[in-house]
Amino acid sequence: MTELTGKSVFEGVAVGKLKIIVHQKVEISDRTDCDPENEKRRFFEGREKTCEYLDSLYRRALAGKVGGAEAEIFSMHKMMAEDLDFEDGVMASIAEGHTAEYAVKKTGEELSAMFASMEDSYMKARAADVADVAGQINRNIMGLSSETVTVEEPCILFAEDFSPSEIVKIDSAKLLGFVTSGGSPNSHTAILARTLGIPAIVATQEGISFECDGHTAVIDCDGGKVFVDLPAAELKKYTDRAKALAAAKEARNALIGKPNETLDGKRIEVYCNIGNSSDADLAVKNDAGGIGLFRSEFLYLESDDYPTEEEQFEQYRSTVEKMNPKPVIIRTMDIGADKQADYFGLDKEDNPALGYRSLRICFDRPEIMETQLAALYRASAYGNLSVMIPMIISESELDWVLDVAAKVRKNLTERGVAFNEKMPIGIMIETPAAAIISDVLAKKAAFFSIGTNDLTQYTLAVDRQNAKLEKICDKHHPALLRLIETTVKNAHKEGKWVGICGELGRDLTLTEFFLRIGVDELSVSPAYVLPLREKIRSLDLSK
Amino acid sequence: MIQFQYTITDPEGIHARPAGLLVNEAKKFACAITVEKGDKKGDAKRIFGLMSLVAKKGDVVTVTCDGEGEEEAAAKMKEVLKNNL
Repeated sequence: MTELTGKSVFEGVAVGKLKIIVHQKVEISDRTDCDPENEKRRFFEGREKTCEYLDSLYRRALAGKVGGAEAEIFSMHKMMAEDLDFEDGVMASIAEGHTAEYAVKKTGEELSAMFASMEDSYMKARAADVADVAGQINRNIMGLSSETVTVEEPCILFAEDFSPSEIVKIDSAKLLGFVTSGGSPNSHTAILARTLGIPAIVATQEGISFECDGHTAVIDCDGGKVFVDLPAAELKKYTDRAKALAAAKEARNALIGKPNETLDGKRIEVYCNIGNSSDADLAVKNDAGGIGLFRSEFLYLESDDYPTEEEQFEQYRSTVEKMNPKPVIIRTMDIGADKQADYFGLDKEDNPALGYRSLRICFDRPEIMETQLAALYRASAYGNLSVMIPMIISESELDWVLDVAAKVRKNLTERGVAFNEKMPIGIMIETPAAAIISDVLAKKAAFFSIGTNDLTQYTLAVDRQNAKLEKICDKHHPALLRLIETTVKNAHKEGKWVGICGELGRDLTLTEFFLRIGVDELSVSPAYVLPLREKIRSLDLSK
Repeated sequence: MIQFQYTITDPEGIHARPAGLLVNEAKKFACAITVEKGDKKGDAKRIFGLMSLVAKKGDVVTVTCDGEGEEEAAAKMKEVLKNNL
């Protein structure tokens, strides 16, 4: 048995026949007695063919399963092939009497080395793109067919490395997964694997002996492992898992584009909870109707100082633009309790969950709220953005926030910045106090979002981080469900909508209850959107 | 000669895609167009030159257009930078 460890670039498990690809090495002479005019002509012809070929790959990628952004890889490759720095290098080498292919190889290596020496990991990974382009030009100069991996049956491929052009040409139905001993998770080949949804492991360092060609291989992306010739019992475990994953994925994907509607026609919105702007891609992929909770804490936690208005604005804008016209609801910072950032300089507390956190910090440091609201208002000009405020316990607190918002709007108007004056400001209902006076709060808040995690621990007086209390932490406690029902009724009386963004939202045993009491929206992690949709579509409330 | 400064706001900086767009536009003008970051200088018509600047979010780049059609070129460069970076 062979076992390799590498870096996973996608999730899942693949089991299949291993096909080992050995890229053929091309001999290039280093003679220096060539006719420069003739070599120049050979270079330009080779380059022209390469550009035509890259154009065709670009069109293929656009038309096929690979998205537009990935098709750009080939447009960029073409630009590299036509680049004047590249051409200058080749011309200089040809002038010394070298062959066109030697000149291309040498210039390609120099440019590739320049990228490889950069500290930036993105730029480092571009070295492979340059090498790919130089290799293609040389194959065209020498009249060799372009490097093509032919796959007749579904298999797992192994090579030292693959170029993006090789992967995009393989029929993706036959590509179960691939493994490379070289490469990096940042390479365009890895990006393609993610886009195509193919399990892949890169940078295993060690190779696989050619003797293993045709044997059964397993890719386990969760563990970053590759196995060849696993014992039958273990192999079966992986085969079963791969089958189960494939079946579940297919069943769920069939739900994409379908409404969240019960058999008797009652609809509910299903949105996503996300922690940063790149998670928005997952929300889109899982067909979420919007972002129901964007936790802005990460901006504060991943920073050494208070994030500036500009820094915040960019993150918010990118999410809002990505989701537009779908709604995005961003929660203002919820630092404190279990989420600590050193520069806030908060004192240690004996009872942090009931302590100095989120909005309560802002009362003393209003500039934090002002900066964040200014960034949010500016982002509101780029799509469908709403804001929600956590930890509200009284009407006066909401008044305070609305006053700050008015001040921020006035300030932005004076600065001449574009924003949505009517950006809705809603609140989290996560304290029993807020739930009980929700009739009063509903008059001023644009919407409610029930944070069931905190609402549960505050209602039951059960610390949700204490494992010993797990048994008595009844998440379906009637007191909790009554508070939720009261909140929904009070909101609807004022014509406001109510969502649920806590863990209870994805509790499939409560989905029917939420639908019956009239909850308007459920917000869950991206992976739960489709399972929740499946549940909703199986319910019949008329019975 | 026309010169202007621009602060990169795209979180990923001058990566391959926007560099490509910039090169495509720069090539349409006869004048010389350079992009500078600190002591590094790149020809806006050359993708390798632009990418080797490794300009990231928050970096200030100086764009210089010199020669025939420099005014139109500077306006176009500003537009491309603003829309993509």
